[in-house]
Amino acid sequence: MSLDAAMVRATAPAILPGSGGLRGALSDLFWRKPKVLLLLMLLPPVLWLGIVYIGSLFALLAQSFFSIDEFSGLINREFTLKTYGDLFQAANLDIILRTVTMAALVTLASAVIAFPIAYYAARYARGRWKALFYLGIMLPLWSSYLVKIYAWKLILAKEGILTWLLAKLHLLWVLDTWLSLPVVGGNSLSVSFTGTFIVFVYVWLPFMILPVQAALERVPGNLVEASSDLGASPGQTFRNVLFPLALPGIVAGSIFTFSLTLGDYIIPQIIGTSRLFIGQAVYSQQGTAGNIPLAAAFTVVPIVIMGFYLWGAKRMGAFDAL
Amino acid sequence: MRSDGSQSAPLGLKIAAACGLLFLHLPILLIFVYAFTTEEKSFVWPPPGLTTQWFAVTWNRPDVWQALSLSVRVAAISTAIALVLGTLCSAAVSRTKFFGRETISLLVILPIALPGIITGIALRSAFSLADIPFSFWTIVLGHATFCVVVVYNNAVARFRRTSGSMIEASMDLGADGFQTFRHVVLPNIATALLAGGMLAFALSFDEVIVTTFTAGQQQTLPIWMLEELIRPRQRPVTNVVAMVVVLVTLLPILAAYYLTRDGDQIAGSGK
Repeated sequence: MSLDAAMVRATAPAILPGSGGLRGALSDLFWRKPKVLLLLMLLPPVLWLGIVYIGSLFALLAQSFFSIDEFSGLINREFTLKTYGDLFQAANLDIILRTVTMAALVTLASAVIAFPIAYYAARYARGRWKALFYLGIMLPLWSSYLVKIYAWKLILAKEGILTWLLAKLHLLWVLDTWLSLPVVGGNSLSVSFTGTFIVFVYVWLPFMILPVQAALERVPGNLVEASSDLGASPGQTFRNVLFPLALPGIVAGSIFTFSLTLGDYIIPQIIGTSRLFIGQAVYSQQGTAGNIPLAAAFTVVPIVIMGFYLWGAKRMGAFDAL
Repeated sequence: MRSDGSQSAPLGLKIAAACGLLFLHLPILLIFVYAFTTEEKSFVWPPPGLTTQWFAVTWNRPDVWQALSLSVRVAAISTAIALVLGTLCSAAVSRTKFFGRETISLLVILPIALPGIITGIALRSAFSLADIPFSFWTIVLGHATFCVVVVYNNAVARFRRTSGSMIEASMDLGADGFQTFRHVVLPNIATALLAGGMLAFALSFDEVIVTTFTAGQQQTLPIWMLEELIRPRQRPVTNVVAMVVVLVTLLPILAAYYLTRDGDQIAGSGK
């Protein structure tokens, strides 16, 4: 503010005249009855989320109790548990098991890779480096999801940079041996479960780093020093001091990595085998197969799994680390 | 051992952290190289030659422009809706304690906590039950729903830091509720709202999973990219678009960071 403006301000009356009319009346009403204001503020967001979102979720849940007529392909709008029964067919159980295993492995790998980054950022990075670390985690987190997947398609392609690099290092035989293995192998990395796994870890990793870092920020540095003063080796300090204190953060991060892997259908579609994950099953059931009830029942699986997961996480105090 | 907190990290930790950060950034940098490659048919590395001709080719592609314009319009309107709803909600939650306050927070976070495919298929089945045809507005409906949380998170963090006594002082000096909002509350939360708005824009601009369920024949830029990933038509054009998308999303993130870096380190965390 310039000096002139400040002078004008200073000479103006400090107490504003009361405003009359509708505006004044409304203002007075809000002051006397704060509940009215509260209600008015809450109404639009609650209506929007309640109708658009919760309403849709219930519409979805309702559909999972319908069934599809196998001959006509029409949806039979009568209450039945038959569709849920279909979930337990061997092929569908396979899909669920495959997805949960992948989610667990992805979570584990993200935790292992995230820990050193989070620990360094929380304990050693200061000033400029701290900001750099923060942006270094935030930029990949916010970069376009599809672009990230696309980048890995470039990397994992048979003619891509990874093969080239391994060839230069004379390590191509390692890749070939790995690809010849059952389950994890395939024609090239971009059409194997290994590729799917790498991309999942890459895309969800920042979601793990942030809560782990938040948990580690709260560990006082002298705790680690006390541990080593008392004769613990770095490994012992990690096992007995750091890890238990970081665990709520890891669990909080695993909520994201686990849930996001359970629901994703684009990554396994672009980089992976033809064997389906839950997300792909949902997508193909509602799209090409037109079996919306089964698709709806499939989406209930991650909701139930995440429900149990969140319940367990809450008991471990993971929500304080978010 | 010194205990002034300035000791340097063990070498192993340094290497592991550096490798982790490289793992996060190298793939994105690779996109920049591929945007200039002369190779059309494959993803061969190293690029046989470098050229800038694909930028001109992309510039003259009407489908890219249409997708871009749809994405920008959807993101702008969704952000506007999210700003209004998110601000109202955060103001209500941080001003007063009331019954069901925790439930409101959960309600706001839910659309982003549940996997996108659930949000997507839920909206789609609701549209089909209610016989709503797919349009521009069905896309906006979905995007605004999950954008609310970003604005909400940023605004709540700022409200927590803003002292309530300023509002009381303004009222004591005779300002009515609207004047207090205009001259006291708004200037205090403005940068947080700006940051939240930019993040919401970035989130909407990039969204693909929910959009595949709520868009009919229309293509947003991410849907256009997804099509190219599944059924590639002209790979070099995809490379260029990918690079531009990285640059375009980079700016709002950096801006949001600089707007909120003092104090509340919220912007962006928990996408």
